[in-house]
Amino acid sequence: MGEAIVVTSGKGGVGKTTTTANIGTALALTGKKVCLVDTDIGLRNLDVVMGLENRIIYDLVDVVEENCRLQQALIKDKRFDCLYLLPAAQTKDKSAVEPEQVKKLIHELKQDFDYILIDCPAGIEQGYKNAVAGADQAIVVTTPEISSVRDADRIIGLLEKEENVASPKLVINRIRNHMMVNGESMDVEEIVSILAIDLLGIVVDDDDVIKSSNNGEPVALDPKCKASIAYRNIARRINGETVPLMSLEDQTGVFKKMKKFLGIRG
Amino acid sequence: MTSKQRKAQHVIIKGTKDGLTLLLDDQCSLDALIHELQDKLSEHPDTTSNVHGPVKVKLVIGKRYLDDIQIKELENTFSKEMNVIIDEVDSEVMTKADAEEMKQNNQMTRIVKFIRSGQVLEVKGDIILIGDVNPGATVKATGNIYILGRLRGVAHAGFTGNEEAVICASSMTPSQLRIASIIRRPPENKENETTGQEMECAYLNEENEMLIDKLQKLSSIRPNLTMDIDL
Repeated sequence: MGEAIVVTSGKGGVGKTTTTANIGTALALTGKKVCLVDTDIGLRNLDVVMGLENRIIYDLVDVVEENCRLQQALIKDKRFDCLYLLPAAQTKDKSAVEPEQVKKLIHELKQDFDYILIDCPAGIEQGYKNAVAGADQAIVVTTPEISSVRDADRIIGLLEKEENVASPKLVINRIRNHMMVNGESMDVEEIVSILAIDLLGIVVDDDDVIKSSNNGEPVALDPKCKASIAYRNIARRINGETVPLMSLEDQTGVFKKMKKFLGIRG
Repeated sequence: MTSKQRKAQHVIIKGTKDGLTLLLDDQCSLDALIHELQDKLSEHPDTTSNVHGPVKVKLVIGKRYLDDIQIKELENTFSKEMNVIIDEVDSEVMTKADAEEMKQNNQMTRIVKFIRSGQVLEVKGDIILIGDVNPGATVKATGNIYILGRLRGVAHAGFTGNEEAVICASSMTPSQLRIASIIRRPPENKENETTGQEMECAYLNEENEMLIDKLQKLSSIRPNLTMDIDL
């Protein structure tokens, strides 16, 4: 029985889809069987970032409406045998599916995969409710901007009300070292103090992320890029979460390491 | 004759300098009371109504409970005979709902939680919140608000109109403070922002201006908040 993790943020454009694609890829690198699910019906992107757009035949709505079997809609990744994508429909909208239907579908996927990563659309309406319905865990993505942190706070409040979802974990994306050091943007410590949830990882702002997304190759494949290492670390921490105490130590360790890292740079 | 004497015990009318005090027996039926009142009032024709305007009446009803409709009924009984208004009803009993309302408004609610953007925490009485109030979140209480954490959102103390209410926080950097109907937001210039925000309280002075002061001053600002204790 696998684990379903929803990647959400409230605000749009903070990197939910990129984070989903890269954590999924990084988890697949560790040999786990992973399925990525795009719930952003009507504005699907995950397939593009993964470079699988032209392989789509059926989508999530087709599965829910029973136009096809679940297995038919799953697209196998180009690079990994253990990585699959369930794309969203582009011609429908969020109301095409109900949370209960998504929940059933995710439950079905959990039988076959170790991890199901659910890419959540921006907002807190129907699309969000669909995405969260089947999730066991949640990753909240934010950037070091006030508006993004505010929306993350809102979404954490909503996630805390979900009985089936464990306490959410935080990923801070698009960190610009020099701005944090100069005090021009919020620093990691400040963000964590406001949001008051466990930090799962931090990802630096890196041109390579955009470049590789445009090429349909997740940056996590490149072992030299800093952002890639960050995503791989996040994947390791997710794997480590089966041992609760370990994960806690791991997180504080990384947090300290990051502070040291920032200190050296400053 | 004897029956008339017994009746006479149900209603005792006393005159005071403020008006009339009516002591109403709490054992007989309400109909008997009204009946007797009518009798008594008709025996004493009203002479004051045209001279002094309405007479204020205080009802002392002991352990009888009268709802608003019944009080209205009594008032109608009076007004047939004389020009009166019921000024005060002194009862030794109250409904469970009223008692619970009263209890709620005097209680202290303890919450251990982070209040996040978009969430509204509303309580009757005082609240002690162990956790932060994040930007975009609101905490409302009919009484006082005490926050063991950072207040970064909106706090509204005494929101039903209690101007005596105070807001205390370990760290006071609110986006807005409200007490009763008075609203205050922090100054726009950012230079003052980082100084002196630890352990503060907000209150209204006699002119209904909201002031923020050190927590140490609270005992002199609102002496009623504390219990007497010998140290």
